[in-house]
Amino acid sequence: MSSLKTPSTFIEGPTRLGKAELAALVAADIPDGAFVNLGIGQPTLVSNYLAPDSGVTLHTENGMLGMGPEAHGDDVDPDLINAGKIPVTELPGASYFHHADSFAMMRGGHLDICVLGAYQVSARGDLANWHTGEPGAIPAVGGAMDLAIGAKDTFVMMTLQTREGQSKLVEACTYPLTGVGCVSRIYTDVAVFLIDRDGDHGGGGDGSVVVRETHGVTFEELEGLVPVPLRRP
Amino acid sequence: MVTITQSALDAVADIPDGATVLIGGFGPAGQPVELIEALVETGTRDLTVVNNNAGNGDVGLAALIGAGRVRKVICSFPRQHDSHQFDAKYRAGEIELELVPQGNLAERIRAAGAGIGAFFTPTGYGTPLAEGKEVREIDGRHYVLELPIRADYALVKAHRADGVGNLTYRKTARNFGPIMAAAATTTIVQVHEVVPTGAMDPEVVVTPGIYVDRVVVVPTAATPRPEEDQ
Repeated sequence: MSSLKTPSTFIEGPTRLGKAELAALVAADIPDGAFVNLGIGQPTLVSNYLAPDSGVTLHTENGMLGMGPEAHGDDVDPDLINAGKIPVTELPGASYFHHADSFAMMRGGHLDICVLGAYQVSARGDLANWHTGEPGAIPAVGGAMDLAIGAKDTFVMMTLQTREGQSKLVEACTYPLTGVGCVSRIYTDVAVFLIDRDGDHGGGGDGSVVVRETHGVTFEELEGLVPVPLRRP
Repeated sequence: MVTITQSALDAVADIPDGATVLIGGFGPAGQPVELIEALVETGTRDLTVVNNNAGNGDVGLAALIGAGRVRKVICSFPRQHDSHQFDAKYRAGEIELELVPQGNLAERIRAAGAGIGAFFTPTGYGTPLAEGKEVREIDGRHYVLELPIRADYALVKAHRADGVGNLTYRKTARNFGPIMAAAATTTIVQVHEVVPTGAMDPEVVVTPGIYVDRVVVVPTAATPRPEEDQ
């Protein structure tokens, strides 16, 4: 259940967001003091934009709370890595724990937010982000399924469209699912979407998705890009 | 009663063909490379290996897979930029893969060590990885039945042991070590150093010696270089 507030004003920005701007936007939406998991890859950029005094604690699935920035030079310790297996540092107040505890922490609903990438997200918050299902592709899932259903809020960071121009926000996922009804927000280069999982954004479960803001497109143009009904807040 | 030895080869010598072996580590961190490479040397075959990944580069688990000793891998994340040994065997149809969501993998191992017969977890519900498994709705939420992963042997890397097999770990290299140590009939641990019994503060023991059968001292245990992806 989301503890995050639904904004009542709709924002239209002039230009599409780059990766850094998107990461900054997600960071600005993370409440002070939250416990957060940033997955691997693009979402880890969010940590660059968290204010040092925000009191946000980063969790890494391989068994640590209080993860610090990427390690360089003499700070590199092969025993201290993040979920992407990149050397990191520890902050004051950090703790280590084994894998079953780390995933109990997720599954038990103790993390406030996780941020993940996606191949597709459906209008009702189903997530597909682990396998394309293509013949010959070697499947790998890691902690995505545990994170997606475990955190109180699951944010997705992705481009709205594939390279071929298809919307990744879909009516129903065609790729194999990671989790059912688990995504609460989608941050993309052209819009931020709020999924109405429990009618908590006032949609009454009509299958429509709330658009909090657009960037480089108007609301009407956005409606032409995605195959699901949209609403302003 | 724990046995302490300097020889990785002696420690793994009785692992038979067809054994199920839990191998600690998350990528290179915490991977008991010297124990695995001793297993390569003994020539043991048809192994079922449980690890988070399926080997990095050409050392440790990757070497064991490359040598054709592994019949089946149970893991959460086999595909990595440096998993070429596994990728080749998988594409050639020479290795079986059971893909398990990471938290289910950890909890199934934990369950085995804790004497739990099975458990219901929300992870994976509605996904292909729950197909064919029993589902139950409890208080309005859906759960999938998962079974424990028991093993004949566990190979674990810890930081320090004392004379009775109590263990401490270093940072994120702890990962699967404590739960794997508890889930195997015989647990073999490589450590950087052994301290005298009584020299380890009981308050900081992570794995109590009851779970440990053999300790191998590998003072300069090499850790493979971390690579920049999962």
